[in-house]
Amino acid sequence: MPLSENMHVLLIWSIVLLKLKMFHRVRPSLFFEQLGELGLLSFKTFKNIFKKPWEKKIFIQQLEEVGVRSFPVVSLTAAFVGLVFGLQTYVGFHRYVGPGSEAYGGPIISLGLSKEFIPILVGLMVSGRVGSAMAAEIGTMKITEQIDALFSLGADPNRYLVVPRMLACFIMLPCLTLYGDILGIGAGYFYNVFIMGVNRFIYLKNTLLYLELWDVISGLIKAAAFGIIIAIIGCWQGLRAEGGAEGVGRATTRAVVYSSISILLVNFFLSKVLPTRLG
Amino acid sequence: MIRIVGLHKSFGLNRVLQGLNLKIEHGETLVVIGQSGSGKSVLIKHLIGLLKPDKGEIFIDGIEITRMKDDELRKITRKFGMLFQGAALFDSMTVAQNVGFGLERYTGYPAEKIEKLVKESLAKVGLQGVEGLMPHELSGGMKKRVGLARAIAYKPEIILYDEPSTGIDPIRADAINDLINMMKKELKVTSVVITHDMVSSYKVADRMAMLYEGRIIEIGNPEEIKSSKNPVVQQFIHGKAEGPIENW
Repeated sequence: MPLSENMHVLLIWSIVLLKLKMFHRVRPSLFFEQLGELGLLSFKTFKNIFKKPWEKKIFIQQLEEVGVRSFPVVSLTAAFVGLVFGLQTYVGFHRYVGPGSEAYGGPIISLGLSKEFIPILVGLMVSGRVGSAMAAEIGTMKITEQIDALFSLGADPNRYLVVPRMLACFIMLPCLTLYGDILGIGAGYFYNVFIMGVNRFIYLKNTLLYLELWDVISGLIKAAAFGIIIAIIGCWQGLRAEGGAEGVGRATTRAVVYSSISILLVNFFLSKVLPTRLG
Repeated sequence: MIRIVGLHKSFGLNRVLQGLNLKIEHGETLVVIGQSGSGKSVLIKHLIGLLKPDKGEIFIDGIEITRMKDDELRKITRKFGMLFQGAALFDSMTVAQNVGFGLERYTGYPAEKIEKLVKESLAKVGLQGVEGLMPHELSGGMKKRVGLARAIAYKPEIILYDEPSTGIDPIRADAINDLINMMKKELKVTSVVITHDMVSSYKVADRMAMLYEGRIIEIGNPEEIKSSKNPVVQQFIHGKAEGPIENW
């Protein structure tokens, strides 16, 4: 990466750190302490993935919780984003390129949705639905000594609580994103072809010609990264909850805020790092 | 036997344990008394490895546990059963799943055997037909009893009781005291009871230890504690507001 680009990335990080500090009025030492805590939790969780016993029952429960139960919210989000994106590309092409050019909206809708919008929106939706639930559940377990009880009964709380949640998010976020891609692209197609009367053959031909498999895969890679972020931050906030119901509430809010910010940040860096073919 | 040597623990600026020394003999019931916030729960959480001390050592049957890694420590925690203050039942599991949890982890017995042992443990604490209930369907006293059934299910050698009589009425508290004595008699376990309830203390204790300002300031059998010359002990056991212990 050239020096100017490095400086650019450094500048963005500095702004983000400064903003976080301003918003949450945290001492820099506390900020780095929390970053260290998060790093340690992530390290321990990745290390524990390969250790037996595997918590299969909890893992399957989490697959259902993260994946199956998120289908309605992902369906609604993807469908309406696809529709509105279809609408705006139609207007854009009609206005700036001219009537008849609207069929070129297909690749733009597909590329924009599969690479950026669907992974981000699925990430944000799941962070609101699942990340907050993880923080609340684990936070409640923490303040009622259930996590201490787990330890005293021979279960490693990290292996029992964090690993299955992290793996479930890691697997289900790409699945939800792929589903959202199909639904979103389908909604864009529906709007253009069935509502606005765009030629379906040209629309489909353009879409298939310009959309590459890698575009979809890179979106899925992002979604997997967002899954890890949502689970680790949700569990981390739950595990550090203290002070009764108020503490659990605070942990829940923080889990959503921190994971949403992290998703947006990481998305930018992944968009830069993951290769994109221009021509 | 449990031996604690020079245990120190601080949380920020709050120095909770300040060089605590204590020895607990095999098969005895030791009651640790002290004010709320004096560090009694912190002490038993160190015994089971839930907290790591800043300084000091803990020996369980001659093995030093404070520097052990979690996986090694798990072999030691197998010796312990713990009854938590609020019972700490897993609220997403039924009573049977709660009681069988430690059995599954520590023994790996087949499901049928676990089911049988769960019923036996529940019967020991006087509960029958509650296996399918969820924790929110139980009263405070029942929760404690299920918590105790869970702690004894895998036949630990040492049982730790964190405020066993707190939050329940005096009659149920007395029933819990009877259970503690029964566990000692039937299972021949070593018991460490943390409490500030003097009625319970006198009923279950072989020996009592008073924790004050991070150290054990007095230890002896209930009669020796009652006749202690230490004004701090006297103020505490008689529950007087005036004396050397600060009220707030």
